[in-house]
Amino acid sequence: MENFEFINAMVLLANFVIVPALSYGSQLALATLSLTIIYGVLRFSNFAQADWMSFGTMATILFTWLFQSAGINAGILPTALLALPFAIIVTALFCLLIDRSVYSFYRKQKSQPIVLMIVSVGVMFILQAVVRFIIGPNDRKFFDGEKYIVHALDFKNYFGLEEGLTIKSTQLITVVVALVAMISLFYFLQKTKLGKSMRAYSNNEDLALLSGINPEKIVIVTWIISSILITTAGVLYGLDKSFKPFTYFNLLLPMFAAAIVGGIGSPIGAVIGGYVIAFSEITLTYAYKKFFVYLLPESLEPSGLMQVLSTDYKFAISFIILVIVLIVRPTGIVRGKII
Amino acid sequence: MTKFLSCTNMTGGYGGEDIIHGCDIEVDRNQIVVIVGPNGAGKSTAMKAMLGMISLKEGSLILDGSDISKLTPQDRVAAGIAFVPQTMNIFSELTVEENLEMGAFLREDNVKETIEEIYNLFPAMKDKRNQLAGELSGGQRQQVAVSRALMTRPKVLMLDEPTAGVSPIVMKEIFERIITIKNSGVAIVIVEQNAKQALNIADFGYVLVGGENKFSGEGQALLNNQEVRKSFLGG
Repeated sequence: MENFEFINAMVLLANFVIVPALSYGSQLALATLSLTIIYGVLRFSNFAQADWMSFGTMATILFTWLFQSAGINAGILPTALLALPFAIIVTALFCLLIDRSVYSFYRKQKSQPIVLMIVSVGVMFILQAVVRFIIGPNDRKFFDGEKYIVHALDFKNYFGLEEGLTIKSTQLITVVVALVAMISLFYFLQKTKLGKSMRAYSNNEDLALLSGINPEKIVIVTWIISSILITTAGVLYGLDKSFKPFTYFNLLLPMFAAAIVGGIGSPIGAVIGGYVIAFSEITLTYAYKKFFVYLLPESLEPSGLMQVLSTDYKFAISFIILVIVLIVRPTGIVRGKII
Repeated sequence: MTKFLSCTNMTGGYGGEDIIHGCDIEVDRNQIVVIVGPNGAGKSTAMKAMLGMISLKEGSLILDGSDISKLTPQDRVAAGIAFVPQTMNIFSELTVEENLEMGAFLREDNVKETIEEIYNLFPAMKDKRNQLAGELSGGQRQQVAVSRALMTRPKVLMLDEPTAGVSPIVMKEIFERIITIKNSGVAIVIVEQNAKQALNIADFGYVLVGGENKFSGEGQALLNNQEVRKSFLGG
């Protein structure tokens, strides 16, 4: 029986901590990648990025509705995955429109990064208004298709355990899509001529110009890649939970925390940072009472919830990590640029 | 007969007062031209003017018979002028080989052959090909910088103080390589602080003072010129 207790405790942990943190971490990693790529190439902290996430997800929801009303679906997969490529195109076009009408003016002036950052706050407000104007501020679920891959009840019956493990199809989709996106991005940056020229431009702008690299082309590609990543991240998050513009805006803090923890400007750092923040948030707000009840002898069983922080303080964790990293290791885990 | 690259009567500056006044610099293929002079003489400015990085009020720039004075720096690169800046002259976060590939960014043909040629010229580069350029020593970085510029197969190579901050041994090596590059048919213009050593390898030299040509002549002749020795070479 002693062994069973241990397995039950581990299943409990997997169900409530590891699986959710893996999927949330993947979503955060994608979002942070887009943030860090803009920082690396265009050299400013884009505060509008969380609202680009809202915008992209909104576009996906609209396309999903269109497909659903036309009777098109993806079988057991969510229809949103079919809508995603179209939404990415719309988001990228709108991104480029904003770039042409707003950011390019400041780029020509050779404005300081801080100016571009403040401009991005303005863009953030515009995007928030656009999203609320089109789809409204309410909570929306747009998931359809098969909901579970592993259901808790089936798992319990199959293994004869007390605890069940649930794996939602969105969680698996999230991890798979995120992995594909990350591998393609790293392949693009490391192996293709265009990707290398983006890194070259990010590393040494003047020398890139002397080598004949066209900065305008780099800027366009950067916005497109950022749109792909941020829309995908937003859709995966929305499928897993739900879409609400305000909740998406609140992801800005974990995104920046992840970028800085990982080392801002470094794509690998962004991925590491995303998972670090996700795991910290979930492990620190999970109530471990049941976990310890399984593991410890009855006399030592805890009476409290065994929760480090209430889930209400989820964002405080990102904030605390952000502050600690900035004090202790401002370059982040992977040596990034110092802001 | 006019030279391969002939820049005459260059006058201009960074927008304020003129820094160079009627400055002439000419270079032929298979020739090393060195520009020396005291601090603030306009040596780097003259080079920037030749590259199109500052706009000139007057002056003509003729490369191989065609006027390049209206071209942007990028177009001059495409026309066959390569430039090695004094600082920030490598992509430090890219590998050595990626630095070379970026140097050949404008080329559509196969660059593998040129990369091999450069590895023959700088054997040290071949061993370090997959290392980040920023992790190399000062002399090796300078080799990466020159190699990147050579990837466009330039007709004119301009170097802004290639030996600044490197040891005398490395300086000697860099100058030897520059002579090898010259012998492959490239016209070379160097701005130098280490005037004596640079004039030693120069086919022709210009001494700029106050943005004007003060002396010019063959490298050895300038080295032996009493006036030049006294004022710039420390006797």
